[in-house]
Amino acid sequence: MVNGIWVLLILIGLVVSVFNGKLEAVTQSALDNAKYAVELCLGFIGIYALWLGLMKVAQESGLVSKIAEKSQRIMRLLFTGIPLRHPALGAVTMNIIANMLGLGNAATPLGIKAMKELQKLNPRKDTATDAMCMFLAINTSSVQLIPTTVIALRSAAGSSNPTEIIGTALIATICSTAVAIIAVKIMQRFF
Amino acid sequence: MEIIKLISSYAIPVFIFIVLGYGYIKGVKVYDVFIEGAKEGLTTALRVLPYMVAMFVAIGIFRASGAMDVLIAIVTPAAGLFGIPVQILPLAIIRPLSGIASTSMLAEILRIYSPDSYLGRLASTMMGSTETIFYTISVYYGSIGVKKIRYTLWAALLADLAGLMASILICNLVFDK
Repeated sequence: MVNGIWVLLILIGLVVSVFNGKLEAVTQSALDNAKYAVELCLGFIGIYALWLGLMKVAQESGLVSKIAEKSQRIMRLLFTGIPLRHPALGAVTMNIIANMLGLGNAATPLGIKAMKELQKLNPRKDTATDAMCMFLAINTSSVQLIPTTVIALRSAAGSSNPTEIIGTALIATICSTAVAIIAVKIMQRFF
Repeated sequence: MEIIKLISSYAIPVFIFIVLGYGYIKGVKVYDVFIEGAKEGLTTALRVLPYMVAMFVAIGIFRASGAMDVLIAIVTPAAGLFGIPVQILPLAIIRPLSGIASTSMLAEILRIYSPDSYLGRLASTMMGSTETIFYTISVYYGSIGVKKIRYTLWAALLADLAGLMASILICNLVFDK
């Protein structure tokens, strides 16, 4: 997917630039952007370090697992196919919490673990269960409480208030997750 | 709508207070543990560097050549249908396809239109409210060998569209156009 997008952007860009007579502008832009990308990543270091430092404290103190434990009750309402005390529910909850907190690195292994646990409950191993669909719909609609990368990008671009989008992004993400849950609940009757 | 602005200003300070306060009470050596975690910030940021350079250069070429203007002209009728500002539409299209491409595209938008403009705020809100869909679905299902994914993709795309619409509505309410 990325492969195709990347090469198409460049090849189409180069062909169009010949027609528009913008070869110099394209070269300039390529060089500028390569340099700016490095500046951006250097900016990421600070915000990621701050965030991952805080998250390490949250994990060590047991705050993350405590939040996960509390939210299991809500999760049980969404994942009705998972029996009580099955490890799948814990794994699913941990992944969703990790996503909410922006623990990108920790989230993917937790998510794969959750899928493996859900697969144990699956009678038809090549077909997705309703619980899997629910899990992925919630996961990809991303309830991230604090979008750190976006804040880093805004700050790098010289925003006077990089964090002013936290509230609006939170409302929008709640809407998208709500639609994800409703869509799964409705679609599981028909598919 | 003041409440949404309050959430934005309070979120990070309150978060830091709770995490560090709770950690300190629980007897965690907060400073040492923080440093331990912060080290990962360096590796995480540097790991994305080659991807950012590759994608950012591609988007720079695409925009500087005039191809982005052509794409925007093509998608303008569709944008009008949903009330999406045309400058944001390429980002909305690429968001579910690739995380790194949409991050680079957001960086471009913020640089061109300014992060404090209506477009800059809307693009940031949108980016913060949705996720890469195709990649996550293929990695997660791939890991357990599930081939028939039933309605997963449709539910995820519907949620993505809802996030886009909600971003536009909420930004129109909270920020000046």
